[in-house]
Amino acid sequence: MTITEGVRSDKDATQAERPDFVSGPWQDSIDLRDFIQRNYTPYLGDATFLAGPTARTTGVWAKLSAMFPEERRKGVYDVDATTPSSITAHKPGYIDQPNEVIVGLQTDAPLKRAIMPFGGWRMVATSLETYGYPVSPELEKIFTDYRKTHNTAVFDVYPPGVRRARNSHLITGLPDAYGRGRIIGDYRRVALYGVDALIAGKKNDRAELDMGPSTEDIIRAREENSEQIRALKELVQMAASYGSDISKPAVTAQEAVQWLYFAYLGAVKEQNGAAMSFGRNAAFLDTYMERDIAAGLLTESGAQELIDDLVIKLRIVRFLRTPEYDEIFAGDPTWVTESLAGIGEDGRALVTKTTFRFLQTLYNIGAAPEPNLTVLWSDALPEGFKRFCAQVSIDTSAIQFESDDIIRAEMGDDAAIACCVSPMRVGKQMQFFGARVNAVKALLYSINGGKDEVSGKQVAPATTPNTEEILSYDTVFPAYLETLEWLAETYVTALNCIHYMHDKYAYERLEMALHDKEIIRTMACGIAGLSVVADSLSAIKYAKVRPVRDETGLVVDYTIEGEFPQFGNDDDRVDSMAVDVMERFMTMIRKHPTYRDAIHTQSILTITSNVVYGKATGNTPDGRRKGEPFAPGANPMNGRDTHGMLASALSVAKLPYSEAQDGISLTNTVVPSGLGHTKEEQITSLVGLIDAFTSATGYHINVNVLNKDTLEDAMLHPENYPQLTIRVSGYAVNFVRLTREQQMDVISRTFHSH
Amino acid sequence: MPAVNLGLPSAGAAIALVDGSSVSSEQAELAELHHLEMEAIHNGSVASVHSWELVTAVDGPGTRMTLFLSGCLLRCQYCHNPDTWKMRDGLLTTLDDLVTRVKRYKGVFDATGGGLTISGGEPLMQPAFVARIFEECHKLGVHTTLDTSGFLGKSASDTLLDNLDLVLLDVKSGLPETYKEVTGRELAPTVAFGDRLAERKIPVWVRFVLVPGLTDAVDNVDAVAEIVARWPNVERVEVLPFHQMGEDKWDRLNLPYPLHGVHPPDNELQERVRDQFRARGLTVF
Repeated sequence: MTITEGVRSDKDATQAERPDFVSGPWQDSIDLRDFIQRNYTPYLGDATFLAGPTARTTGVWAKLSAMFPEERRKGVYDVDATTPSSITAHKPGYIDQPNEVIVGLQTDAPLKRAIMPFGGWRMVATSLETYGYPVSPELEKIFTDYRKTHNTAVFDVYPPGVRRARNSHLITGLPDAYGRGRIIGDYRRVALYGVDALIAGKKNDRAELDMGPSTEDIIRAREENSEQIRALKELVQMAASYGSDISKPAVTAQEAVQWLYFAYLGAVKEQNGAAMSFGRNAAFLDTYMERDIAAGLLTESGAQELIDDLVIKLRIVRFLRTPEYDEIFAGDPTWVTESLAGIGEDGRALVTKTTFRFLQTLYNIGAAPEPNLTVLWSDALPEGFKRFCAQVSIDTSAIQFESDDIIRAEMGDDAAIACCVSPMRVGKQMQFFGARVNAVKALLYSINGGKDEVSGKQVAPATTPNTEEILSYDTVFPAYLETLEWLAETYVTALNCIHYMHDKYAYERLEMALHDKEIIRTMACGIAGLSVVADSLSAIKYAKVRPVRDETGLVVDYTIEGEFPQFGNDDDRVDSMAVDVMERFMTMIRKHPTYRDAIHTQSILTITSNVVYGKATGNTPDGRRKGEPFAPGANPMNGRDTHGMLASALSVAKLPYSEAQDGISLTNTVVPSGLGHTKEEQITSLVGLIDAFTSATGYHINVNVLNKDTLEDAMLHPENYPQLTIRVSGYAVNFVRLTREQQMDVISRTFHSH
Repeated sequence: MPAVNLGLPSAGAAIALVDGSSVSSEQAELAELHHLEMEAIHNGSVASVHSWELVTAVDGPGTRMTLFLSGCLLRCQYCHNPDTWKMRDGLLTTLDDLVTRVKRYKGVFDATGGGLTISGGEPLMQPAFVARIFEECHKLGVHTTLDTSGFLGKSASDTLLDNLDLVLLDVKSGLPETYKEVTGRELAPTVAFGDRLAERKIPVWVRFVLVPGLTDAVDNVDAVAEIVARWPNVERVEVLPFHQMGEDKWDRLNLPYPLHGVHPPDNELQERVRDQFRARGLTVF
């Protein structure tokens, strides 16, 4: 028996005209890629076929838009403070029920946030207190005395070195008090196969596990399998509460979108993950759209309405978070990342009309940071699509680009981005998110014998402090490597503790139910401040850097005499230093065994933590002042990339993806006139720039097309810019939702004027 | 920061590349060195370079490497790069090193329809170098553009023009006396150079910097339009609104800035001037 009998047998009178999908191995086992490849229709044209918003779409969005100002003012619109969230905890909720073609909310009302205490009670309690909601003593007792949380568990097992590194901001942003996220359930499976078939598949997996010996690994796998099946059953119940039977496959395009969304909704009802990404769904959904359109059952306007309504739902995913969390991940992001386009392994573009429809939402319901629309870019993409992407980017600054060629070579053509830049095979791979280390502070520690340059405390193991009058590269660099060795070990230790406990106490049941039995896991480490490190080492090597010591002998400042090459100018002398540090740190990370044998990776990504990291870091040998933000991601330091946007990008493109397989992030801002006089010229320029960057093995680029005046005016008159969207570091935010400090950081970045 | 950042050794060592001799800082050798520098510039194996940048949508089509050479005979009141006036302030850089960089960006040029633009300063202060690098570019299949005032147009050899795909020609004023007021020099050489480019059918983008109170007189703009209109090889006219971003550099060089307090032209004035060009059937940005 095949697991997809339902798909083909489901022919009643109303569906008689729908052609069958092309059959293939996808019917014998779960294989979304095979289904897509056999059934999707590449679209090679331009954007002229697209439809505007329907009155229904505009009405639903208007209703929500009216609620946003209050949410912005208060920080949250509303909270259900007493119901720990689960897939089935909340009654159905609607924005405007008669006008919603896709339904489902996280709680029983739009923008009402849920509490998710399994990650940690403290985060829940602090958030509630912050926003003025009562903390239920009963729940507090349950999640303190009776039910251990992930957060408590991790601190039970952290060794002192990890605690010291964490407290001194050497390693921060760790998912030890919040959900790790960055796991993409293959939500398409629910639409294609229906939940019954998925449960049957999981039961088969279980039968295999039962035949194995009861070792620790297998016992854990059995427990996880049971949890997954339970979650799938709850998902069916939740959908039923909205009147849908998702135990069977979707038949219509509307059902495909709805089933897919229910699956995702189940995940965001249960998990407050840092990034709850959506996957790679456009070509999949398009097969249903094409079928219904061909059968005369759906119009272009109707197809667009389905995507618009889906995107409205994705835009209002909300989590309850603390102000400290918001400092690291500013602007209330959820990273509902949808990966679009790319080229298939057979050379056909994975561009469909629905790929265009996702981008069109940015016009139909205006610019927005979520879903985080990510174009997997290759110069082989159809010209009409490339031009539309560039146009949307210029008009909205809301989309990002990642190299499809790099991702496809590594992971095939059914991979998607989790969060900002982390690629993974959908349903076959997950990551253990590991935030990042402050590589700049580590350099300062190595100069100060392991002491913190701000507090003076001994954090890293004591080494010989530098006593030179003028810092020499030959002394500083080996000492830095020694500190990094210790940091790498401490870091992997921390991550192993975190993910062991996350699996145990806050397991992502539903997301993992939408994965294969055997999956690839990566241990996703990361570096912040790489460009400051490179510039500092360059200053030490090419200029004269004199350390300034305080009365205790601690180096607290540096004076620089002479000039030195700076990262971001396509200058190998310094770019090679950034490459070297990155490669060496990766090698050090790889020395340490990981939980569940996860593959070591790292990212050069900061999200918005470049601001808090900078705040906690003293003066640096490159002339950066104490407290000044680092550059975001792999960016050159603000204002130091003086040879144009592309030269800056080409420096970043030298960082080899093989040593940063969790992604390398670059954010660039260009003023509109910097791309050309006319819109057509601007589009051509931007297409060319992205082609040039990706052809030079650039991995990721955020493009903001903005004037500084616009941002300054938005700071003064936020009410006039409710939807002003800018890309920060692998994601986009509503500019007006950033803190003043973060806004200033964005404004101080390099605006390339040509 | 160094004025130039070419991924090359410092100026002293760069000079050493010219004749292969080692460089010492001995005073006695400086005179000789100076002689060698001048010779190298004259034969075009070395250029005095202010800086370079990868730019898009300015200085010609596509994404371009714009090389700013040092040295200019004009003293335009609105100059936003007064730090490029003196050739001796540039960093001596070999032709080979610059060609290596052009090669590095060949893929970028291909992807964007770009190429190399030589700007300045006044690139025709170093015509041998310009001719040689353009020749190298054409061997590589790289599009070439020259950004010039045309004042030294006579210095451009026919070989240079043979390897030139586009000229960004600054016609800074149309009335000779205004031209002199703006630049301190004569208008006629620019017109003659434009005529020569027209004869050779080399495409030209004309640039006119609009400064309120200096270049904006109706008859001055008309005179520019009249000159430009007689060149059928002009593909577009760019009216560039004057901006104050150069003032800092004048201050840093302790030069009295003649346009202090002058406001950029408003939209109305810009459109009036663009219309004057459009009236002659020109494509205007």
